[in-house]
Amino acid sequence: MIAALIFYMFAGLAVAAGVMVISARNPVHSVLFLILAFFNAAGLFLLLGAEFLAMVLVVVYVGAVAVLFLFVVMMLDINFLKLREGVAQYLPIGAVIGLVLVVELGVIFGGWAFAPDVEALIRAPAPAADQITNTEALGRLLYTDYAYLFQASGLILLVAMVGSILLTHRRRPGVRKQVIADQIARTAKNSVEIVKVPTGGGI
Amino acid sequence: MVDMLAGLMPPEIWRLIVIVVQILAIVLPLLIAVAYLTYAERKVIGAIQLRKGPNVVGPFGLLQPLADGVKLFLKETILPTGANKAVFIIAPMLTFFLALIAWAVIPFDQGWVLADINVGILYLFAISSLGVYGIIMSGRASNSKYAFLGGLRSAAQMVSYEVSIGFVLVSVLLTVGSLNLSDVVLRQKETMWFVIPHLPMFFIFLISALAETNRAPFDLPEAESELVAGYNVEYSAMTFALFFLGEYANMILMSGMTVILFLGGWLPPFDVAPFNWVPGIIWFALKICAVLFVFLWVRATFPRYRYDQLMRLGWKVFLPFSLFWLVLTSGVLVAFGWLPNQG
Repeated sequence: MIAALIFYMFAGLAVAAGVMVISARNPVHSVLFLILAFFNAAGLFLLLGAEFLAMVLVVVYVGAVAVLFLFVVMMLDINFLKLREGVAQYLPIGAVIGLVLVVELGVIFGGWAFAPDVEALIRAPAPAADQITNTEALGRLLYTDYAYLFQASGLILLVAMVGSILLTHRRRPGVRKQVIADQIARTAKNSVEIVKVPTGGGI
Repeated sequence: MVDMLAGLMPPEIWRLIVIVVQILAIVLPLLIAVAYLTYAERKVIGAIQLRKGPNVVGPFGLLQPLADGVKLFLKETILPTGANKAVFIIAPMLTFFLALIAWAVIPFDQGWVLADINVGILYLFAISSLGVYGIIMSGRASNSKYAFLGGLRSAAQMVSYEVSIGFVLVSVLLTVGSLNLSDVVLRQKETMWFVIPHLPMFFIFLISALAETNRAPFDLPEAESELVAGYNVEYSAMTFALFFLGEYANMILMSGMTVILFLGGWLPPFDVAPFNWVPGIIWFALKICAVLFVFLWVRATFPRYRYDQLMRLGWKVFLPFSLFWLVLTSGVLVAFGWLPNQG
């Protein structure tokens, strides 16, 4: 009873926040509503007993990704009211595309089934999931049965990271960088010179 | 008496009352500790700078925090006309709220914990990574350039140092084999305080904690000489006080995390006669005070970091080193067969 109430609270808030994300006028408010939606999703995970996933969702999406979103949105210099000017004009096209997508998704998920030999490949955690904490259960699955897939996804992320650094990094000429080793290696001997200046002569 | 009261009402209501009382038993001492931390800060820095610190209100100035609180309470809350009102008011509340809810999973003594959840460390990590929102939201909503710059700096700074904090946590977790904070302390009882095997991580964690709480020498979000007061420049009265309380509660929280992860939580330093007579919560409080003293000591001693140096330290020194230490830890644990709960 109470669990059902809490579920409907989280689910309702998540949907409401999702609607606000696309309808809020101020983009910063959009991101803040997105964060609210993430939180409610984390709450739903908690209700399912997936506490690890709930915490990771908060750490990764709310703690890091959304901060960067907010960061970028705050720095953008775009007149968002101007962007919305043609909304009425484009609305029918957008609605049609959305409808087509919904129908397609419905068709796919309506006929969704696992092939029989795939079902045999799905692994269950070695001790049943209710006997150990779900952090442990997830870890055992990821690092034993799915180790290669896990490594592969890590590699994909690494490539993406290297790629984005490569694309955005630019060498600027004429920038003086601080080299801490040089600073530490400086001694009085090689940086100070004592000169006897003859009066009226200068150096 | 307690049993009689429990019999009078339905069990759900009774559990609710118990929880509320437990929350109050955590929050009230915490708020008093925050108030006296501000006093301790002024006294310690005063002593380091050969001054007396507050000494007028009450004996030894002990009532100074109360006087400050009353003053802030009686002042007018100013909402700047250009501010985004809702976000402007929510930001300090969020900061304060986050600083309080993190305490739900802190074990004060064996079994003395409000919510003994299995993902305690992750919960703390999640909550501390949310702390940036209060600052970034206030920076944006104030509609003032100083506040905005402070908010941006703080966002970049806190996200950077969270990464190395994450790796430090993982190194400790590997040695414990559990994400439960009570288990972390119990494991240190079986072996030794983790400050010994993880000494470099202890220092990295402590320094990252300074950056995470925006304390000197990493107090760039509120660098007075450049940004007036940074993100909280437009705030006054209780809204300002909430930021202040949140910052100091976070300092205590980070000290608490340091104590639990590295200094043995509620354990006495030696498990022999005179030491283990003292209750665990006293040891916990004493250790937190010691770490807090380091926070204040550092503030009185070091000049503020330059922004690029701060970033360099986080990304180019701490991150590679903590990553290296993580690999080293797992290597050593596997090589010597010291991994916890194998099989």
